[in-house]
Amino acid sequence: MEILMSVIAGILFMVGTYLILSKNMIRIVLGTNFISHGAHILILTMAGLKTGAPPLLGLEATNYTDPLPQALILTAIVISFGVTAFFLVLGYRTYKVTGTDNTDGLRGPDSYD
Amino acid sequence: MFTTLHLAIIAPFFIAIVVPILYKYFPRTHTGWFVLFVPILLFLYFLRFIPETSNGNTYHAVFDWIPSLGIQFTAYVDGLGLLFALLITGIGSLVVLYSIYYLSKEQEALNRFYVFLLMFMGAMLGVVLSDNLLVLYVFWEVTSISSFLLISYWYERDKSRYGAMKSLLITVVGGFAMLVGFILLYQMTGTFSIQTMIQSVDDFTEHALFLPTMLCILLGAFTKSAQFPFHIWLPDAMEAPTPVSAYLHSATMVKAGIYLVARLSPIFAISGEWLWLVAGFGITTLFWGSFNAVRQTDLKGILAFSTVSQLGMILSMLGVGALALHFDGIDNNVYIGATAAALFHLMNHATFKGSLFMMVGIVDHETGTRDIRRLGGLMTIMPITFTIAVIGSFSMAGLPPFNGFLSKEMFFTAMVDVASFQQFNMDTFGVLFPVVAWVASVFTFIYSMMLVFKTFGGKLQLGQLEKKPHEAPFGMLLSPIILISLVIVFGFFPNILAYTVIEPAMASILPSLLRNGEHFLVDIYFWHGWTVELFMTMGVVLIGTVLYLTLRKWKSIYSLFPKHLSFNHLYDTTITRGESLSAKVTGMYMTGSVKHYLIYILTFFSIFLLYVLFSTDAFALNTDHLAPISMYEWLLAIVLALSAIAIMFAKNRLATLIILGVSGYSVALFFVTLRAPDLALTQLVIETVSVVMFLLGFYHLPEIAENFKKARFQVKNFIISFLVGFTVTVIGISASSTRLFESIADFFPKASYDEAGGNNMVNVILVDFRGFDTLFEILVLTIASIGIFVVIKLRLNEKEER
Amino acid sequence: MKLNDIVIQTTTKFVLFIILAFSIFIFFNGHHHPGGGFIGGLMTSAAITLLLLAFDFETVKRILPIDFKILTASGMLIATLTGMGGLVFGGPFLSHTFGYVHLPFFGEVELATALLFDLGVYFVVVGSALTIIEMIGGDQ
Repeated sequence: MEILMSVIAGILFMVGTYLILSKNMIRIVLGTNFISHGAHILILTMAGLKTGAPPLLGLEATNYTDPLPQALILTAIVISFGVTAFFLVLGYRTYKVTGTDNTDGLRGPDSYD
Repeated sequence: MFTTLHLAIIAPFFIAIVVPILYKYFPRTHTGWFVLFVPILLFLYFLRFIPETSNGNTYHAVFDWIPSLGIQFTAYVDGLGLLFALLITGIGSLVVLYSIYYLSKEQEALNRFYVFLLMFMGAMLGVVLSDNLLVLYVFWEVTSISSFLLISYWYERDKSRYGAMKSLLITVVGGFAMLVGFILLYQMTGTFSIQTMIQSVDDFTEHALFLPTMLCILLGAFTKSAQFPFHIWLPDAMEAPTPVSAYLHSATMVKAGIYLVARLSPIFAISGEWLWLVAGFGITTLFWGSFNAVRQTDLKGILAFSTVSQLGMILSMLGVGALALHFDGIDNNVYIGATAAALFHLMNHATFKGSLFMMVGIVDHETGTRDIRRLGGLMTIMPITFTIAVIGSFSMAGLPPFNGFLSKEMFFTAMVDVASFQQFNMDTFGVLFPVVAWVASVFTFIYSMMLVFKTFGGKLQLGQLEKKPHEAPFGMLLSPIILISLVIVFGFFPNILAYTVIEPAMASILPSLLRNGEHFLVDIYFWHGWTVELFMTMGVVLIGTVLYLTLRKWKSIYSLFPKHLSFNHLYDTTITRGESLSAKVTGMYMTGSVKHYLIYILTFFSIFLLYVLFSTDAFALNTDHLAPISMYEWLLAIVLALSAIAIMFAKNRLATLIILGVSGYSVALFFVTLRAPDLALTQLVIETVSVVMFLLGFYHLPEIAENFKKARFQVKNFIISFLVGFTVTVIGISASSTRLFESIADFFPKASYDEAGGNNMVNVILVDFRGFDTLFEILVLTIASIGIFVVIKLRLNEKEER
Repeated sequence: MKLNDIVIQTTTKFVLFIILAFSIFIFFNGHHHPGGGFIGGLMTSAAITLLLLAFDFETVKRILPIDFKILTASGMLIATLTGMGGLVFGGPFLSHTFGYVHLPFFGEVELATALLFDLGVYFVVVGSALTIIEMIGGDQ
């Protein structure tokens, strides 16, 4: 299972990276979304999978899965939502102001003098 | 402990904070009046130390500044530090007073000016009163920075910016070398305290690092004190307002290098290299500065080169003074005279050069020019200024009865004595010292005369002047008058200084000569009899007058020096070449395209991590404790992988959205099977909300997805992304297969109910154990939403207004 | 945007309150069972988003005359103040306490200051998620 999940995380990272390397701004936003999915799964995998019951004491199990990565991921999910939204709006605004959604057309000035 | 002494050093910084407020709320009062009381109070405060130090006592107070690094801000007051502190606050008071009349409150940004000036004052006090070398270094660099800011005060002028940049580059490079020297000193002695080093000085004079250390520190001192060949920054620094030139670039900051040489003399002065370097560079600078001053046509240019030359003179005296260490005790030790002369001249230079700078400022202020080719005949129009100029210049030229004469005589004595010293090749080359000193003095005489007679003598050329000249207001004359009175007072009663300030300062420079309870005896007087020095002075006056009168005939020798061999030219080429080279190098990789930067980052990330992983043999594949995979999970994995890969090729934006949803929900389902109910719930809801968000986004921004269809498969991007994915997989496998240490996972089941009263461990971690994380997380969310609000609502110009 | 879809509007009217009630339940439940401020907040936002989709922005503004930015800010304030509470009682910032109260109708009920903190989280999540949706959907 851990190996499978590592491969899945790798695929998600690959897709995310591929998308953020493209020129289209929407694709870049989608790419960040995929990278966060990959990161969440990676964090969960690294801690070891299915080592016990869900981390709820009410279940009164002898073993529980590690709750810490889950807490971290929960935070990360919500943040990645905020960041994705921000990227989307930033891309939209850039498009409105510059008239292009091709990031190659968005270089800074060549010189600062 | 933080004592009054520390407060006195830091006080200017505190006042500097208040200055802009005063400037804003009291616009009718010149801000200078508020600032003026700072140096005056500090001067009075430091005066109180004189009885202490003249009894040979020192005072020190320790304040733990960065205890974890063992850095203490030790304020240390001894003769030398006090001499400089009095100089800084004394001249500082006069300069602030002068600036009140020099800078108009209507036209100049006074708040900036006084903030920088106070910043400098505090930093300079810090330099001369710190015992810890690192603290000294910090203050040292602050003086460089405040000097930079003050030179560029009129930053709209090209020359101001050029001069500021030049001074900063040269002094900071030197300062950096000095820091290296300090660290080497620490390597040898194990302490940053100067006084502790001096006590253990015998242990490390033979150390292999001794010479490199000395060279590094001297580089810092020479650049700061504008010694040949680093003097080139000082003439360009004259673009600063005249009060600044008088204060920083003549009386105090440029003397920081001299202070450092004097302060570290007890450590290094015993070696022959020190003697030759300090005295040699000093005497060369003396000659080169005075020689070049004569060719200047700008009054401040003359004074700048004159300052360079006088600094060289002081330094050469300090260097020669080190000879005294090769004799025992202070009785019949002729060479200690050189050190006394150096200190005496240091004070004299501050008085006459300060008044001359102020005089030039007045001339500039009243006529609108500083060019001696356009000036002349001001003698009758500005009699008081003329008197100041005469006294100041004659003192500088070394004529009696002013203080400059006394120190010049002492200087000649020292130089003549050098030739009779029997060590370090002094007996062969030593004869050069009196010769060069005398030649340089002739040039000093010439430019001093130029300063007076080209400005005030000759014919008045009203057509050449921008304004109709008249005498300056009394307030502007007050400071130079005070200074010029000191020139006369010190001329007639030099021993006021000798007993109170010079003797204790000498004790700090040459401590090893003193036996218990002894102190230096310095007696300065006019008449020495018909000595060599007197004849030398007479020769200077004679030859100087002849050369001054025939100036036009021999001035062409200056054009013999090819311009492209000058140090200025070297500096300029280095800067331009360096700039174009770095622009080229930077241009090679800083393309301005975010995509390129991402490629650098990602490639580096993958290759570096893979390299470390395999070079440290960290890759591990342990199949013992693998969790089982159920049928559903295989299915989910396939769906997730397929949907992810499909999005790379999706050309329709609605399809993209659906695939995005599919992959998001698959991740949520994975959380279910992986026993993370909270995550599953969150992911489900988040995915719903984000899909809606994208939908709304696409609906309202249809244009943005236009180029979607054009996307083609990019092999290069795919290779990089494959590399990243591969790295992540390898790391994931290795991490889950290795257990280097015990997990803290067992802590939570035990603690979450007992300590936080909750059964849901994830929630307990979020709100309790790691509450800070959550607090910052919601902060991030808040910022993101405010950011989005601003980005959408912000209207940059009228055109977008709807 | 305007979606004159009678089916979705009618369904929304029913479902909305169920989701809202469930989100509040899941929020209070968070300390012991899956749930909490994040999930509860997100679910509330999802419910209101549904409302936005079914009706239009003006209608929603009329029903819920709340400035979501202020909601976000008050959430931050609650969370920070709860953290300060620890300081008042001499503990470190953000330290929590809990106790049990016997209420006549609900029986033994646990009261934890962590719940207050979670309430701040809830407000921030609802506020910012809806600000985001409102901004993206509302800009013409």
